[in-house]
Amino acid sequence: MKSLRSPLGLVSGLGSAKGGVHHWWLQRLTSIALVPLTIWFTVSLLSLPSLDHVTVVAWMAQSWTALLLILLVLVATYHSQLGVRVVVEDYVHNTGMRTLTLVILTFVHAFLAVAGVFAILKVAFGGAS
Amino acid sequence: MRARPLSPHLSIYRMTRYSLLSSIVNRITGCILSVGLLVLVYWLMAVAGGTRAYEQAHEILSSGIFKLIYAGLLVAFCYHLVAGIRHLVWDTGRGLERAQSKRSAGIVVAVTIALVVVLGYWLFVAAGRGP
Repeated sequence: MKSLRSPLGLVSGLGSAKGGVHHWWLQRLTSIALVPLTIWFTVSLLSLPSLDHVTVVAWMAQSWTALLLILLVLVATYHSQLGVRVVVEDYVHNTGMRTLTLVILTFVHAFLAVAGVFAILKVAFGGAS
Repeated sequence: MRARPLSPHLSIYRMTRYSLLSSIVNRITGCILSVGLLVLVYWLMAVAGGTRAYEQAHEILSSGIFKLIYAGLLVAFCYHLVAGIRHLVWDTGRGLERAQSKRSAGIVVAVTIALVVVLGYWLFVAAGRGP
Protein backbone atom coordinates (compact mmCIF):
# COMPACT_ATOMS: atom_id res chain seq x y z
CA MET A 1 0.00 0.00 0.00
CA LYS A 2 3.06 2.24 -0.02
CA SER A 3 2.51 5.07 -2.46
CA LEU A 4 5.32 6.62 -4.43
CA ARG A 5 3.83 10.03 -3.77
CA SER A 6 5.23 12.03 -0.87
CA PRO A 7 2.98 12.78 2.11
CA LEU A 8 2.98 16.44 1.06
CA GLY A 9 1.99 15.55 -2.51
CA LEU A 10 -0.96 13.54 -1.21
CA VAL A 11 -2.47 16.44 0.67
CA SER A 12 -1.44 19.53 -1.24
CA GLY A 13 -4.10 21.07 -3.41
CA LEU A 14 -6.91 19.44 -1.48
CA GLY A 15 -7.75 22.45 0.65
CA SER A 16 -8.78 25.97 -0.09
CA ALA A 17 -6.83 27.54 -2.93
CA LYS A 18 -7.43 30.94 -1.31
CA GLY A 19 -8.94 32.14 -4.58
CA GLY A 20 -12.63 31.77 -3.82
CA VAL A 21 -13.19 35.26 -2.49
CA HIS A 22 -11.48 36.79 -5.50
CA HIS A 23 -13.81 34.88 -7.84
CA TRP A 24 -16.84 35.78 -5.73
CA TRP A 25 -15.86 39.46 -5.61
CA LEU A 26 -15.25 39.74 -9.37
CA GLN A 27 -18.61 38.08 -10.02
CA ARG A 28 -20.31 40.78 -7.92
CA LEU A 29 -18.24 43.62 -9.36
CA THR A 30 -19.03 42.65 -12.95
CA SER A 31 -22.72 42.13 -12.12
CA ILE A 32 -22.98 45.65 -10.65
CA ALA A 33 -21.34 47.10 -13.78
CA LEU A 34 -23.65 45.12 -16.05
CA VAL A 35 -26.83 46.61 -14.56
CA PRO A 36 -26.36 50.08 -16.15
CA LEU A 37 -24.45 48.75 -19.18
CA THR A 38 -27.10 46.24 -20.29
CA ILE A 39 -29.95 48.69 -19.65
CA TRP A 40 -28.12 51.36 -21.70
CA PHE A 41 -27.49 48.85 -24.52
CA THR A 42 -31.09 47.60 -24.66
CA VAL A 43 -32.63 51.08 -24.57
CA SER A 44 -30.24 52.60 -27.13
CA LEU A 45 -30.56 49.67 -29.52
CA LEU A 46 -34.35 49.78 -29.34
CA SER A 47 -34.30 53.58 -29.76
CA LEU A 48 -32.50 53.43 -33.10
CA PRO A 49 -34.84 54.50 -35.92
CA SER A 50 -33.82 51.46 -37.96
CA LEU A 51 -31.23 48.71 -37.91
CA ASP A 52 -29.86 49.16 -41.41
CA HIS A 53 -26.10 49.28 -41.81
CA VAL A 54 -25.79 53.07 -42.19
CA THR A 55 -27.77 53.77 -39.00
CA VAL A 56 -25.96 51.15 -36.92
CA VAL A 57 -22.50 52.27 -38.11
CA ALA A 58 -23.32 55.93 -37.41
CA TRP A 59 -24.44 54.96 -33.91
CA MET A 60 -21.48 52.70 -33.20
CA ALA A 61 -18.93 55.20 -34.52
CA GLN A 62 -19.82 57.73 -31.82
CA SER A 63 -17.08 57.77 -29.19
CA TRP A 64 -19.35 57.22 -26.21
CA THR A 65 -21.22 54.40 -27.90
CA ALA A 66 -17.99 52.65 -28.85
CA LEU A 67 -16.56 53.10 -25.36
CA LEU A 68 -19.66 51.75 -23.60
CA LEU A 69 -19.99 48.89 -26.09
CA ILE A 70 -16.39 47.81 -25.47
CA LEU A 71 -17.02 47.91 -21.72
CA LEU A 72 -20.22 45.91 -22.20
CA VAL A 73 -18.49 43.21 -24.28
CA LEU A 74 -15.53 42.91 -21.89
CA VAL A 75 -17.53 42.90 -18.67
CA ALA A 76 -20.27 40.63 -20.06
CA THR A 77 -17.82 38.02 -21.37
CA TYR A 78 -15.90 38.09 -18.09
CA HIS A 79 -19.08 37.77 -16.04
CA SER A 80 -20.23 34.94 -18.30
CA GLN A 81 -16.89 33.15 -17.98
CA LEU A 82 -17.01 33.38 -14.18
CA GLY A 83 -20.62 32.17 -14.15
CA VAL A 84 -20.36 29.17 -16.48
CA ARG A 85 -17.17 28.14 -14.70
CA VAL A 86 -19.05 27.69 -11.43
CA VAL A 87 -21.84 25.81 -13.20
CA VAL A 88 -19.34 23.43 -14.83
CA GLU A 89 -17.44 22.94 -11.55
CA ASP A 90 -20.71 22.10 -9.78
CA TYR A 91 -22.26 19.73 -12.28
CA VAL A 92 -19.45 18.09 -14.29
CA HIS A 93 -17.95 15.57 -11.89
CA ASN A 94 -15.50 13.75 -14.17
CA THR A 95 -12.17 15.53 -13.67
CA GLY A 96 -10.87 15.17 -17.22
CA MET A 97 -14.19 16.16 -18.74
CA ARG A 98 -14.45 19.12 -16.38
CA THR A 99 -10.98 20.43 -17.20
CA LEU A 100 -11.59 20.01 -20.94
CA THR A 101 -14.93 21.83 -20.71
CA LEU A 102 -13.37 24.67 -18.72
CA VAL A 103 -10.50 25.03 -21.21
CA ILE A 104 -12.90 25.16 -24.17
CA LEU A 105 -15.24 27.63 -22.43
CA THR A 106 -12.33 29.90 -21.50
CA PHE A 107 -11.07 29.89 -25.10
CA VAL A 108 -14.57 30.63 -26.43
CA HIS A 109 -15.00 33.54 -24.02
CA ALA A 110 -11.57 34.98 -24.83
CA PHE A 111 -12.40 34.71 -28.53
CA LEU A 112 -15.77 36.44 -28.05
CA ALA A 113 -14.21 39.27 -26.04
CA VAL A 114 -11.45 39.93 -28.58
CA ALA A 115 -13.76 39.58 -31.60
CA GLY A 116 -16.32 41.93 -30.06
CA VAL A 117 -13.77 44.62 -29.18
CA PHE A 118 -12.09 44.27 -32.57
CA ALA A 119 -15.41 44.72 -34.38
CA ILE A 120 -16.39 47.78 -32.36
CA LEU A 121 -12.97 49.43 -32.85
CA LYS A 122 -13.07 48.72 -36.59
CA VAL A 123 -16.43 50.44 -36.90
CA ALA A 124 -15.43 53.29 -34.56
CA PHE A 125 -12.32 54.03 -36.61
CA GLY A 126 -14.31 54.10 -39.84
CA GLY A 127 -13.34 50.72 -41.23
CA ALA A 128 -16.84 49.39 -41.90
CA SER A 129 -18.50 51.90 -44.22
CA MET B 1 -7.20 9.01 -3.05
CA ARG B 2 -10.20 9.32 -0.78
CA ALA B 3 -13.31 10.89 -2.25
CA ARG B 4 -13.29 14.63 -1.71
CA PRO B 5 -16.19 16.24 0.07
CA LEU B 6 -18.63 17.94 -2.31
CA SER B 7 -20.94 20.86 -1.81
CA PRO B 8 -24.51 19.81 -1.09
CA HIS B 9 -26.13 18.86 -4.37
CA LEU B 10 -29.51 19.89 -5.73
CA SER B 11 -31.25 16.69 -4.67
CA ILE B 12 -30.86 17.26 -0.93
CA TYR B 13 -32.84 20.49 -0.98
CA ARG B 14 -36.57 20.77 -0.87
CA MET B 15 -37.77 22.65 -3.95
CA THR B 16 -39.30 25.56 -2.14
CA ARG B 17 -40.19 27.93 -4.91
CA TYR B 18 -39.07 31.17 -3.31
CA SER B 19 -35.40 30.47 -2.74
CA LEU B 20 -33.95 27.41 -4.43
CA LEU B 21 -36.03 27.52 -7.58
CA SER B 22 -35.39 31.22 -8.14
CA SER B 23 -31.68 30.63 -7.61
CA ILE B 24 -31.42 27.73 -10.09
CA VAL B 25 -33.46 29.65 -12.65
CA ASN B 26 -30.93 32.48 -12.25
CA ARG B 27 -28.20 30.03 -13.26
CA ILE B 28 -30.18 28.70 -16.21
CA THR B 29 -31.00 32.19 -17.51
CA GLY B 30 -27.33 33.12 -17.04
CA CYS B 31 -26.30 30.21 -19.27
CA ILE B 32 -28.90 31.23 -21.87
CA LEU B 33 -27.45 34.77 -21.86
CA SER B 34 -23.95 33.33 -22.33
CA VAL B 35 -25.22 31.78 -25.56
CA GLY B 36 -26.73 35.18 -26.38
CA LEU B 37 -23.18 36.61 -26.33
CA LEU B 38 -22.52 34.51 -29.46
CA VAL B 39 -25.39 36.31 -31.22
CA LEU B 40 -24.16 39.72 -30.02
CA VAL B 41 -20.60 39.16 -31.23
CA TYR B 42 -21.82 37.67 -34.53
CA TRP B 43 -23.89 40.83 -35.05
CA LEU B 44 -20.95 43.12 -34.12
CA MET B 45 -18.65 41.27 -36.53
CA ALA B 46 -21.31 41.61 -39.24
CA VAL B 47 -21.51 45.38 -38.68
CA ALA B 48 -17.72 45.56 -38.94
CA GLY B 49 -17.77 43.41 -42.08
CA GLY B 50 -19.32 46.11 -44.26
CA THR B 51 -22.64 46.63 -46.02
CA ARG B 52 -22.86 43.32 -47.87
CA ALA B 53 -21.78 41.15 -44.93
CA TYR B 54 -24.26 43.00 -42.73
CA GLU B 55 -27.13 42.46 -45.18
CA GLN B 56 -26.44 38.71 -45.23
CA ALA B 57 -26.27 38.53 -41.45
CA HIS B 58 -29.36 40.73 -41.12
CA GLU B 59 -31.32 38.26 -43.22
CA ILE B 60 -30.32 35.39 -40.93
CA LEU B 61 -30.85 37.45 -37.77
CA SER B 62 -34.36 38.53 -38.88
CA SER B 63 -35.58 34.98 -39.55
CA GLY B 64 -38.40 33.42 -37.57
CA ILE B 65 -36.16 31.19 -35.50
CA PHE B 66 -34.15 34.21 -34.35
CA LYS B 67 -37.37 36.02 -33.36
CA LEU B 68 -37.94 33.06 -31.05
CA ILE B 69 -34.35 33.31 -29.79
CA TYR B 70 -34.80 37.05 -29.07
CA ALA B 71 -37.96 36.31 -27.12
CA GLY B 72 -36.04 33.72 -25.05
CA LEU B 73 -33.09 36.05 -24.53
CA LEU B 74 -35.43 38.87 -23.53
CA VAL B 75 -37.10 36.76 -20.82
CA ALA B 76 -33.70 35.44 -19.66
CA PHE B 77 -32.22 38.95 -19.56
CA CYS B 78 -35.12 40.46 -17.60
CA TYR B 79 -35.15 37.63 -15.06
CA HIS B 80 -31.37 37.49 -14.64
CA LEU B 81 -31.20 41.28 -14.21
CA VAL B 82 -33.90 41.45 -11.53
CA ALA B 83 -32.92 38.23 -9.73
CA GLY B 84 -29.26 39.29 -9.88
CA ILE B 85 -30.11 42.53 -8.10
CA ARG B 86 -31.91 40.42 -5.46
CA HIS B 87 -28.72 38.39 -5.03
CA LEU B 88 -26.71 41.60 -4.62
CA VAL B 89 -29.12 42.74 -1.90
CA TRP B 90 -28.70 39.34 -0.20
CA ASP B 91 -24.92 39.82 -0.34
CA THR B 92 -25.26 42.87 1.90
CA GLY B 93 -26.87 40.59 4.49
CA ARG B 94 -30.36 42.02 4.01
CA GLY B 95 -33.58 40.27 3.12
CA LEU B 96 -32.48 36.80 4.17
CA GLU B 97 -35.39 36.10 6.52
CA ARG B 98 -37.83 33.53 5.23
CA ALA B 99 -40.75 35.97 4.94
CA GLN B 100 -38.61 38.62 3.26
CA SER B 101 -37.20 36.11 0.80
CA LYS B 102 -40.69 34.92 -0.05
CA ARG B 103 -41.82 38.48 -0.67
CA SER B 104 -38.76 39.40 -2.75
CA ALA B 105 -39.30 36.29 -4.91
CA GLY B 106 -42.77 37.61 -5.68
CA ILE B 107 -41.35 41.05 -6.47
CA VAL B 108 -38.74 39.48 -8.80
CA VAL B 109 -41.42 37.61 -10.75
CA ALA B 110 -43.69 40.68 -10.95
CA VAL B 111 -40.93 43.07 -12.07
CA THR B 112 -39.62 40.49 -14.57
CA ILE B 113 -43.06 40.10 -16.15
CA ALA B 114 -43.51 43.89 -16.30
CA LEU B 115 -40.07 44.32 -17.95
CA VAL B 116 -40.74 41.51 -20.45
CA VAL B 117 -44.08 43.08 -21.40
CA VAL B 118 -42.64 46.59 -21.82
CA LEU B 119 -39.45 45.57 -23.68
CA GLY B 120 -41.27 42.88 -25.66
CA TYR B 121 -43.86 45.39 -26.80
CA TRP B 122 -41.10 47.84 -27.74
CA LEU B 123 -39.09 45.20 -29.60
CA PHE B 124 -41.80 43.26 -31.42
CA VAL B 125 -44.71 45.70 -31.77
CA ALA B 126 -43.60 49.34 -31.56
CA ALA B 127 -40.30 48.85 -33.38
CA GLY B 128 -41.91 46.16 -35.53
CA ARG B 129 -38.66 44.35 -36.24
CA GLY B 130 -36.21 41.95 -34.67
CA PRO B 131 -32.63 43.24 -34.39
